[in-house]
Amino acid sequence: MIFISPSVPVAEFERVTGWLAKVEGLCRGDRCVPFRANDAATVELSAAAEALAMPLVHDSGHGLWALGAEAGGHALQSVVAPELELPDYRGESFRLSSLRGTKVVLVAWASW
Amino acid sequence: MWQELRTELRPQGLEIVTVALDARGSETAGPWIAKAAPEHPSLIDAAHVVDALFGIVNVPSGVWIDEEGMIVRPPEPAHPRRPAYLDRAVGADASPEERERIELVKALHIEAERYVAALRDWAWSERGRESRYALSPDEVIRRSRPRPVEEATAAAHFALGQALYARGAHAAAIEHFRAAHRLQPTNWTYRRDAWSLAGADREAVYGTNWVDEVKREGVESYYPPLRL
Repeated sequence: MIFISPSVPVAEFERVTGWLAKVEGLCRGDRCVPFRANDAATVELSAAAEALAMPLVHDSGHGLWALGAEAGGHALQSVVAPELELPDYRGESFRLSSLRGTKVVLVAWASW
Repeated sequence: MWQELRTELRPQGLEIVTVALDARGSETAGPWIAKAAPEHPSLIDAAHVVDALFGIVNVPSGVWIDEEGMIVRPPEPAHPRRPAYLDRAVGADASPEERERIELVKALHIEAERYVAALRDWAWSERGRESRYALSPDEVIRRSRPRPVEEATAAAHFALGQALYARGAHAAAIEHFRAAHRLQPTNWTYRRDAWSLAGADREAVYGTNWVDEVKREGVESYYPPLRL
């Protein structure tokens, strides 16, 4: 999850991470974690990283920030499938949640 | 390879979604997808987002999600059929290194028949959770990969490596790929994709190779035996 600024608009933070900044904290699916934003419009990556236990790595030479995965526990902390939004091979955006009502096998593969 | 199963199981209400973990995206994955002519969603995940989200560490891996959007099987090896390379004979003129590599490949746990049989059972079950292969929520979470801070940090380094590679900053990208490999040595998608980007120089760049790493970590780390 790459960012080009340490301070990110709320909508962008949600689009990239799936976590929405609300009054009650950062929420995704059925989970909310306590989080106090400095203002309603932006999310400070360092504060969000701490709240979500997601390591934040900064590449100062290229002005990039990356949030890692959630640390602690297991890779799956809930069985509610997280939203996954990726481009298909034609470049069109696809959301995993669009297949609700259908059994889905998500298959990771690679050409290498 | 998945299109055939998709044709068979789509009438039962099962959809297949493939995700290509290629740092170069459609440039490298696209020709394979075009050749397969899939009717199912075929996605591109250059930054290996699914590794961070689901705990995927190698390909092919499958995750089962039921009609209500609940995960009923966490990532596990998902071979749709027995790969041809398992039956390839070792040539009489093969070098000792080549012989060792082929023997190691043949020692991998690849259980396509068992996996596909379980998938068919789930697809045919009235509601997904009635299949005995659909696991309880506690079991799904318990079987998903433990996520220490080192592995969580590896995801950030891999994403930075991919982003920098895409921007042409190859040397900086390699530093982040090395960090990802050091922090999560058993994430084979991080290793194999970075090696592939380095091409013929891979061993010089990363100071290791597939055979040495699989021998060090063990074939069960590469493809754990299926627990169906």
